Amino acid sequence: MIPEHWFTGLSAVLFVIGVIGVVVRRNPLVIFMSIELMLNAANLSLVAFGRRFGTAEGQALVLFVMAVAAAEVAVGLAIIAAIFRVRSRLSVDDLSLMRW
Amino acid sequence: MSTLAFVVVAVLAVGSALGLVLKRNPIHGALFLVVNLACVAVLYLMLGAEFLAAAQVIVYAGAIMVLFVFAIMVLVPGKEETGPDPRRSTRVLAIPVGALLLVQLGVIVATRRGDAPPVAPAASGSVESLGTLLFTDYLFPFELTSVLLLAAMVGVLLLARRRPS
Repeated sequence: MIPEHWFTGLSAVLFVIGVIGVVVRRNPLVIFMSIELMLNAANLSLVAFGRRFGTAEGQALVLFVMAVAAAEVAVGLAIIAAIFRVRSRLSVDDLSLMRW
Repeated sequence: MSTLAFVVVAVLAVGSALGLVLKRNPIHGALFLVVNLACVAVLYLMLGAEFLAAAQVIVYAGAIMVLFVFAIMVLVPGKEETGPDPRRSTRVLAIPVGALLLVQLGVIVATRRGDAPPVAPAASGSVESLGTLLFTDYLFPFELTSVLLLAAMVGVLLLARRRPS
């Protein structure tokens, strides 16, 4: 039986890698994939906590997170496609239209 | 034995996550992310969440990653991020900030309250227990999820529509 804090430690490492990916990368698609990485890290620790407390509630929460992630990816990719239709370069540094 | 399996899967997961962040070509990053999601599914199996492992493979590695790969193929012509980075000085700051975050999370994990045995016998990750929970305690959020997915679908159709010009 592997102790739960190994899983939470691994989840912390994956989350930090996702954060660095969001900050460092310029391609919005890769940024989205890094966000998926962070969501997965959070899911992993939710399942680990759920086993710790002996309930399935963590797993139910993970199921909702998956549904929200699917909706987020669909809308995000549609927005990226709409931006790409207007301008041909795809870099987040160019997208300063909504910045004050 | 299970410890060895955990270490192997954990190394694979971290390595593929690093590959996603470090590889310049987004299609390589997408394939690395597929490996990472599969590793997380294996970790779910180790935690006794069989249904979630299956859902992870079907929803993430199946549906979401196909969407990503499709979008990369359609949108990104060849390679990206080849020119010099105009904001390199700010981006380099991500490394110390990430390290700081890692230290903080590590402290949180390390200062856990002892190694007390679990309060209850391990819950099964079977479809039965999860389904009972979803259709009793979490019925309202479950129904809201369907509304969310419908709203996302309609929004995507609206965003992806070609404007009549």
